[in-house]
Amino acid sequence: MSENENGALVEVKSLKKYFPIRKGVLQREVERVHAVDDVTLAVRQGETIGLVGESGCGKSTLGRCIVRLLEPTAGDVLFEGRSIGKLGARALRPLRREMQMVFQDPYASLNPRKRVGTIISDPMKIHGIGDRHERKKRVEELLEVVGLSPEHYNRFPHEFSGGQRQRIGVARALALRPKLVVADEPVSALDVSIQAQMVNLLEDLQDDFGLTYVFIAHDLGVVRHVSDRIAVMYLGKLVELSPAEELYTRPIMPYTEALLSAVPIPDPDLSDKRERIVLQGDVPSPIHPPSGCRFHPRCRYATDICSQVEPPLVDYGNGHLAACHHPLNVDKETLERVSASPKYTPGSADDSALPEEPGAEHRPGIPETG
Amino acid sequence: MAERLLEVKGLKVRFTTEDGIVRAVDGVSFELDRGSVFGIVGESGSGKSVTAMTILGLTRDKNTTFEGEVIYKGQNLLALPESHLRDVRGNEIAMIFQDPMTSLNPVYKVGDQIIEAITTHEDVSKSGAKRRAVELLRQVGIPNANTRVDDYPHQFSGGMRQRAMIAMALSCNPDILIADEPTTALDVTIQAQILELIDRLKDDFDSAVILITHDLGVVADVADEVVVMYAGRVVERAAKRDVFYDPQHPYTWGLLGSIPRLDRPKPEKLHSIKGMPPSLINLPKGCKFRPRCPHAFEKCEEEPGLDQRVEERGHLDRCWLSVEEKRRIRERTIVGEAVA
Repeated sequence: MSENENGALVEVKSLKKYFPIRKGVLQREVERVHAVDDVTLAVRQGETIGLVGESGCGKSTLGRCIVRLLEPTAGDVLFEGRSIGKLGARALRPLRREMQMVFQDPYASLNPRKRVGTIISDPMKIHGIGDRHERKKRVEELLEVVGLSPEHYNRFPHEFSGGQRQRIGVARALALRPKLVVADEPVSALDVSIQAQMVNLLEDLQDDFGLTYVFIAHDLGVVRHVSDRIAVMYLGKLVELSPAEELYTRPIMPYTEALLSAVPIPDPDLSDKRERIVLQGDVPSPIHPPSGCRFHPRCRYATDICSQVEPPLVDYGNGHLAACHHPLNVDKETLERVSASPKYTPGSADDSALPEEPGAEHRPGIPETG
Repeated sequence: MAERLLEVKGLKVRFTTEDGIVRAVDGVSFELDRGSVFGIVGESGSGKSVTAMTILGLTRDKNTTFEGEVIYKGQNLLALPESHLRDVRGNEIAMIFQDPMTSLNPVYKVGDQIIEAITTHEDVSKSGAKRRAVELLRQVGIPNANTRVDDYPHQFSGGMRQRAMIAMALSCNPDILIADEPTTALDVTIQAQILELIDRLKDDFDSAVILITHDLGVVADVADEVVVMYAGRVVERAAKRDVFYDPQHPYTWGLLGSIPRLDRPKPEKLHSIKGMPPSLINLPKGCKFRPRCPHAFEKCEEEPGLDQRVEERGHLDRCWLSVEEKRRIRERTIVGEAVA
């Protein structure tokens, strides 16, 4: 569905990112962590796409590949139609201004020895923007934009609370007037009351600066407020992609249903009444992902087919895609229409670029798709 | 009536620092009964963790001064000498810390750390303690407990480490389990698992739980009674249902309002509490929440006491607004204003 889509700022095409595990004196590659495994996704200009999943599902890795902090193993990322998957550091430099990142941990992402002014103005200095006075003026503006005071220019990060530090991180990301901001769990380290402030701030900034966000989170509650569309990931795979509100009213993938039911509701009666689907165990190891549907060992609807055949990502209409053999909340007609139409198979993408898979013998049961 | 396990009376904790005196806890009182879950809710810096740590004597220092009493089994834990306190700490009152990544020692096996807790307090053989450790790990839901007991913490996932911490806390069958933000560092799916576990184990081990969190959503499921703390004080205290269905303090409204609700239509803007908690060195005059409170009026320059203002017995709050006024205006805060 993302083929040459109008207004796509970023297109992720069959992206794979594997991390090698090396052992021995020769540092031979013995196994691979399948962090992101064949994800195709388009981020439209001006929208916020929420990227949701548990720890280890590859959402941060995908975010980092999009801004090219990591080089993809296979597949490509197009930024404004231009391939950036294989660009070198020098060629990337001008593009870096266009895409910035806000990190999860406000305590670890600011250099404790640098003053706030330096932290925010360094990106401009590196890209040779303005002279010292112009930069200072711009930093003071930015501090006000994110709700801090220009007097904070000469302070150190330790003088700020977690929420304020995260605002500094946002100011730094905005310093170069980027088009795309990848926010990696920007609120998970903050108190609930401060989370709300942060979410509102990010929304305001989007309107003011025309930003496009990729908003990464493990909590479906927060994402709902910022996202236009939401992508749910599980063990490196994109398992559901949907317009934001629809995901909450009509989740198709059982994993999404479980994620939704895990969000606490601050209402004891409702909380008692609703059915809680507590997922058992943890996310399996991405070194040897389960065969077939990767979610099947934890899925309560799983049948034989789930462990044997990997479900393709199917379009259920209205831009709502899901990969599941037992889709929920889908009416009969849609189901028939969908099963009749040719399926979108993620595996049909060009695999020739993929280097030979070491340890492939450890992954039995994955049929060739496409 | 359930057995009273713990009584905290007028607890005050002050830290003397270079910048001045930090009034971390300023007059907190509550009681804990066997079999109950007591929730303490507040933002960072509200004094909730200091309260918990003081119960265990973990804040003792030459720069710390205490007032009030913490009564457990007829003795005041604040006045107990350190050597006696060691028999209580970990044995009768145990604690689960927030960050499972840093609260386990990375260079010792998980099992050995649990065994250490057992042998410190009880006269058992090492092999006996190990059998107990395996049994505990099994009870908290670690698969293949008899082999995983010899794993190092880095071989455990975040959720499993928190389970191991819980196993360690339960190793001596404590009367009271203090859980300080036990799920904050975890995924929501794992959070649901851990909360369910704590609730179940409380019954299995016949103990009481003090659950500390910044998220009212977390206590909605498991707590029986809730106190909301702000700037070292209790600003509201009530049975769980009253906190959620008849909240009296504007700060509680703010906390309730800032949780993104999946059960309601999406509001235009998420409600947020403006500003930040005050510095505990220079507290504002009068009601401590006044500078951030959208409903403050002249009377708020004088601090309200923690009194019962509604019909429900035991529902206390610190706010000058009349009950009718509060019931009239609070929906707007909790549900969020319609922003044009």
